[in-house]
Amino acid sequence: MVESFAPLFPVLVSLGAVPLIVASRNKPNLRESWTILAALSKFFLVLNLLPYASQGITVEAKIFEISPGLPLLLRADPFGVYFATVASGLWILTSFYSIGYVRGAPEKKQTRYFSCFAVCLSATMGIAFAGNLLTFILFYEILTLATYPLVIHKENKEAIGAGRQYLIYTLTAGVLLIAGTAIIYSSIGQIDFRAGGILGNSAFPSNMMVWVFLLFLGGVGVKSALMPIHSWLPSAMAAPTPVSALLHAVAVVKSGVFGMIRVVGYVFGTEVMAGFGLNDILITVSGATIILASLMAFSQDNLKRRLAYSTVGHLSYVVLGAALLTPLGMAGGVMHIAAHATMKITLFFCAGAIYVNLHRQNISDLDGIAKVMPFTMASFTIASMGLAGLPPVNGFLSKWYLAMGSLEGHMVVPVLILIVSGVLNVGYFFPIVHRAYFHRGVGLSGHGEASPFMVVPIVITALLSVLLGIFPNLFFGLFDIAGVVSASIFEGVAR
Amino acid sequence: MTAYQLPVFIPFTYLAFAVLIPLVGLWKRKLSHPMAVTGSGLAAGLSLYGFAAYVNTGPIHHTFGGWQPPIGIEFVYDGLSAFFLLVINMVAFLVLLHSKPVAAREFRGKRMPFYSVTMLLMLGFNGIVSTGDLFNLYVFLEISSLSSYGLIAIGNRHAPFAAFRYLVLGTIGGSMYLLGLGFLYISTGTLNIIDMAAMLPHFAGKPPVLTGLILMTVGIGIKAALFPMHGWLPDAYTFASSTSSALIAPTGTKVGAYILIRVLLYLFGIESMDAVFKVSSVLGMLAGAGILYGSIMAIAQSELKRMLAYSSVSQIGYIIMGLSLANPAGFVGAVLHVLNHAAMKACLFLVAANLRFREGHSNIRLFNDTYRKKYPWTMACFTVAAVSMVGLPPMAGFFSKWYLVLGTIANANWVLLAVILMSSLLNAVYFFRVLEKVYMKNPDKESPAGEEAVVMNREVKPLMLAPVVILATGIIVIGIMNMSVVSYILKMFPG
Repeated sequence: MVESFAPLFPVLVSLGAVPLIVASRNKPNLRESWTILAALSKFFLVLNLLPYASQGITVEAKIFEISPGLPLLLRADPFGVYFATVASGLWILTSFYSIGYVRGAPEKKQTRYFSCFAVCLSATMGIAFAGNLLTFILFYEILTLATYPLVIHKENKEAIGAGRQYLIYTLTAGVLLIAGTAIIYSSIGQIDFRAGGILGNSAFPSNMMVWVFLLFLGGVGVKSALMPIHSWLPSAMAAPTPVSALLHAVAVVKSGVFGMIRVVGYVFGTEVMAGFGLNDILITVSGATIILASLMAFSQDNLKRRLAYSTVGHLSYVVLGAALLTPLGMAGGVMHIAAHATMKITLFFCAGAIYVNLHRQNISDLDGIAKVMPFTMASFTIASMGLAGLPPVNGFLSKWYLAMGSLEGHMVVPVLILIVSGVLNVGYFFPIVHRAYFHRGVGLSGHGEASPFMVVPIVITALLSVLLGIFPNLFFGLFDIAGVVSASIFEGVAR
Repeated sequence: MTAYQLPVFIPFTYLAFAVLIPLVGLWKRKLSHPMAVTGSGLAAGLSLYGFAAYVNTGPIHHTFGGWQPPIGIEFVYDGLSAFFLLVINMVAFLVLLHSKPVAAREFRGKRMPFYSVTMLLMLGFNGIVSTGDLFNLYVFLEISSLSSYGLIAIGNRHAPFAAFRYLVLGTIGGSMYLLGLGFLYISTGTLNIIDMAAMLPHFAGKPPVLTGLILMTVGIGIKAALFPMHGWLPDAYTFASSTSSALIAPTGTKVGAYILIRVLLYLFGIESMDAVFKVSSVLGMLAGAGILYGSIMAIAQSELKRMLAYSSVSQIGYIIMGLSLANPAGFVGAVLHVLNHAAMKACLFLVAANLRFREGHSNIRLFNDTYRKKYPWTMACFTVAAVSMVGLPPMAGFFSKWYLVLGTIANANWVLLAVILMSSLLNAVYFFRVLEKVYMKNPDKESPAGEEAVVMNREVKPLMLAPVVILATGIIVIGIMNMSVVSYILKMFPG
């Protein structure tokens, strides 16, 4: 373990950009350049930590004590670096995309938009690098607060209602988290994240184990969109598409499943999970969510809502991977965090491009658009293939590992769930692709692709999904890091 | 002046100014405000100096006239007193600083008596907190009560009756305290706190002592607005002038809580208190009921000051619940919440004062999103205070809730834990409702064509804005630096 302030800088850099963004509110180009600068710097600062992560070394920064015996602890362990890399890398692309979107839509209150985004990403870095539960909660709640203005951005009735629902769900989850954390802290005096868990072989009373797990399940389960506490996510589609793309496909919901893996692997530990049957609860909930969400996606005509239910299902892939309690399964779950992020963000980017370009939101209006937006629809097709688990997109790889993990644990049902879900994914994505390519379009003459600010990120993320599917270690050795994370959870050791 | 005389100088500064203001005011009415500000400023400065002196040297006992306790009266400047003195004097200074334009508008002809009575009120509060003699405490209690009745009566046309109701209830409370004190005096033969505390364990189970305890607790409970004896509070805070509310709300009930802490934890101690039946449990239950009642009633209010008044009932419940837990975490939570709530409530009531000053009302139904542009700084401070009241990090309110949660878990009191968590969510409802109204366009109101009328910034004058901003900044700073406060409070815990 290395001690350094390196994990602190990615958290601070976008916070520092906020006053600059606000100050340049009357000069849009300058204002946007602060966002791009912050995104690039953040990404490079996180990349600095990658060499340590791939060797399994943790970089730690104790900031100061915020409670007796509890420091504000930022610990860049392999899992944290993994998540941070995904989030910060995708923020760069989302920032460019946002510029195209808010100017093309056009959206009002752009300064508020960009500054809230910066705070959100800062909070996400804090979540990724949180070294103990209290630090995690701190940044988790800040993320909730910072995403609220983005959800209600359009300020119409739908958005305000979505915002209220979002707050009710996430604030309730927050208090459940606080309760769970306080109970653990009162019993064993520490709430650090340690690979392999802190509750095993500890003084924590057995009769409370299931109750505390349920508290945490509710706490991280809301942001992980587990059913039945998932309904905030489809409602949050009232937000502008870049918000849906980055926050509700990458930052917020991935923070939820990231937190879930932290709880399973770094707080409870695999032995405790198995010993108290907690993994059964998790498998049941996530399995049900996968199937039900995929089924509900069928009935959605609004493109973003269909994508939202698809997200609900795919987040539970990650939870399922964690719940399998096998090394391959855990690795599959971690891999799916990145895989789903790249694929889903592509899909949301496409939805936004279609909206800005053609002002169409419903799938029934998407006939024939592949003729006018070929790059967009090609990327859409690739990403949907990946989500269905078809090679060579990276979605196939993570699904493969999940299935292997299930067999490793001598469980057949998860494999069946994954297969059925794959079929359902094809079922709800294929019609969109089919319509776009093979139906005749109406009212499309004179339209072309959306602005390059939007199309280039779409193509990049689609390409990323394919490249990472064929060469998983191509960018920053993420595949290996996923393996390191999984291994560390099962060995119970982090150097 | 030496450190030995500090415990006297702090309260008696107010006494001096209480006499000086009428003398000078009759000659030049305009000087009343500057003199009041000077008086409270001096007292605040002395409290700060005294606090530093206490941290360096330790408790200071000042015996009046050289007559030794337990016969003579002494002022005891220990950790708890130093803390409370600092909090209430700083708040008073900021509120009085703010009051000049409000006074000119709301009670123009009565400014001189108003400031003079304010000085007497603060004398009473400071005396209560400084004294080491229980009957002396009653004297100062009456001084502060009578002053507060007067201050509350200076308001709109409903104010005199609200003050009268407070007078009746408050006098009953004071008399019960005195009666209870009588029983204790008969049993122990002394009125000095330290002396009686040494003797009480011998008499703990005896009927006169128990009677005395109950009478004192109920009597002070009335002053502290402990549920169900809070009935005087909503009307009193709502109909009083803006300055009176802003002055009494953060300080008055806190001083009541101080008396309860002194009597229940320092004088009696947990064993003597629960000798016959679990007084602490009953207190905890009442406090919990008050927390929920206050929050629910606040949601139902359409007038901002009334909402804040019910919120105060709820918040004082936190403090009393914390002290009823009688463990270090609960104690820390309670005392930290005294500081936090004083800062938050003062900020909120001053915001209400600013809004009343500019708009003529503080009716939430009439709030609209022009406030965001008209009063950007005031509303920003309101947001900070509101987020802190809900208990979201990194604001101060989160940390007092955290310690209270730890306190309830340490006693395995799951009911009170649920109450705290539930009330956070209820607080979110009524505060976010105001924020929604202020920051977002009402989606139901169609804006007339060509609206987006230019809304001028009508922010209040710096004299009124600065205290609000200072308090809001203080909330953030206290939150981040809460460790230093907490380590100080931990040392105060009796036994």
